[in-house]
Amino acid sequence: MSTMTIDKAGPRRNVKYGSMSRDRAWALRWSYFFLVLFAIFSLTPPLYMLITSLKSSAEISAATNPWWVFHPTLENYAELLTSNQFLRFFWNSAWVSIIVVTLTMLISVPAAFALARMKFWGSATLATGVFLTYLVPDSLLFIPLFKMFALIGDWTGVQLINRWYVLLFIYPTLTVPFCTWIMIGYFASIPKELDEAAIIDGASWFQTLTRIFIPVALPGLIAATIFAFTVSWAQFLYPLVFTTSTDQLVLPVGIITTLIKGDVFNWGQIMTGALLGAAPPLIIYAFLMDYYIAGLTAGATKG
Amino acid sequence: MADAVVRQPGVARPASARKRASLHNILRRKSTAAFLMTLPLILLITLLVVYPAFYSLHLATLNKSMQRFVGFGNFEFLFRRDTFWLVVKQSCIFAITAVVFKALIGFIVAHFVHNIPAKGQRKWRGMLLVPWVIPPAMSTLAWLWLFDPSYSAFNYTLAFFGIGPIPWTGDAAWARFAVILVNVWYGAPFFMIMYLAALKSVPDQLYEAAAIDGANWWQRIWYVTLPMMRNIIAITTLFSLIVTFANFDIVRILTAGGPLDHTHIFATWAFRVGIEGSDIPLGASVSLFMVPILAVAAIFILRDVNKRGNEA
Repeated sequence: MSTMTIDKAGPRRNVKYGSMSRDRAWALRWSYFFLVLFAIFSLTPPLYMLITSLKSSAEISAATNPWWVFHPTLENYAELLTSNQFLRFFWNSAWVSIIVVTLTMLISVPAAFALARMKFWGSATLATGVFLTYLVPDSLLFIPLFKMFALIGDWTGVQLINRWYVLLFIYPTLTVPFCTWIMIGYFASIPKELDEAAIIDGASWFQTLTRIFIPVALPGLIAATIFAFTVSWAQFLYPLVFTTSTDQLVLPVGIITTLIKGDVFNWGQIMTGALLGAAPPLIIYAFLMDYYIAGLTAGATKG
Repeated sequence: MADAVVRQPGVARPASARKRASLHNILRRKSTAAFLMTLPLILLITLLVVYPAFYSLHLATLNKSMQRFVGFGNFEFLFRRDTFWLVVKQSCIFAITAVVFKALIGFIVAHFVHNIPAKGQRKWRGMLLVPWVIPPAMSTLAWLWLFDPSYSAFNYTLAFFGIGPIPWTGDAAWARFAVILVNVWYGAPFFMIMYLAALKSVPDQLYEAAAIDGANWWQRIWYVTLPMMRNIIAITTLFSLIVTFANFDIVRILTAGGPLDHTHIFATWAFRVGIEGSDIPLGASVSLFMVPILAVAAIFILRDVNKRGNEA
């Protein structure tokens, strides 16, 4: 490291340059070596999904090298994508996620605006409460929620258990607190002069929100949307508890309960289903990686 | 504004007085508007988070058919069962080990990514974050298949080195190792991203000053990097502790608590007892045992988050 300071000193730069770059080069080589190791560790399961999904059942049960596809085939994909059941899971997941994302945004954006800009009685407490709610895990609430919805069914006759739309009530408890929290952070970082100018020009609160806050905080809005979608798409415990009929299941639960039949594991199809289930979040991530990461880090650093 | 007041005191004062009156008016309307905007949020939190939380306390005091009040009967029953203590022990081992390894691996990998030229960092970061993006239920299926006893890709590979078949999910010790490994695989990228963001925010001048003072790499980490990142490390670790402690997907899919309940943690056991065993009060009591540790972690996170807010 002393070489670094000498490098900055100027005149002696050429003398020490060789040894510094040698040190640097070695550090770099080691970094790359370990990064490759960690990348292999990270990517093995998804790649193995892909490898297995391209195999026929015969090749999977034959004791050949599992890391290589000898006779690639798309029969698993063809079978799943033409199966009404699987497509049903996919649509259920898609509908639940899209509606939940919309609901989340409709609830959390105005609330975040109010909490970030309009100080009112109890607003600070409510902001803290939102953050605490975000820390309440699904595994704490699934039993009372299940009982609550069962009782609602008994009392009012509106049967919500074992209907996919019951998830529309439940998923917002996971998405809204986090989205509100990061939107408060984004909104609070907007200079006060902007909305003061809007108010002076005669804009209403609603206009201030839609004309100024939403456009300026658009990156935050995108990050929150991605988060809400990923959470609703990946959620496993709630659909496992609340839905049982095969036509009401969402993708993760559907794959696990229908493709695993007793002790018979049709691994080719399971891996294909898992890969197709992982595809939407992966595609969003591939295109919007920076927003995804911004949302991830904002949760703990904003506010 | 201050300038204007100093230069033209006569003009500025009546203007600000008028402004105050109208400001008061706006404030009055503002609070109602604000209340209406937060109303859906308040309703959602009260009806679907706070109410179920207290309802869970009530449920825990009922008997299995939910007809009779039994007080602390469910808790007494749990305390007498060996399985319950097994679950407590396993939850602690699982959460602590997994969080420690996630934090360590995340810290190390973040340094390696930070080390390489900025141009290539995006690509590496992108690859290393993939485990966090895939829904855990889906990726755990891939791990289950990698761990498969008869056609397992891992055992096939190990056989090359002459290491006998390992019962990844069949033996208690290996099954515990497997669930922790999958959890570390899934959670380490989150730490990596958080630490990388924190590393980028440490000013270069500090390292240069440390280098001038003759600090070696270890001293630079200990005296510069760690103190600068302390807050982020604390928040990330506590947050991950909550999530890991409450984990359900990974254990459920990989081992479903087996072999012989040796990998059950609170969430999976509560599901087994409460939903599969349809003893809802007992299930509610089991999941309530997560509350103390979650509450402690939450209080510390809140303190750190508020501290950050005050600094900024």
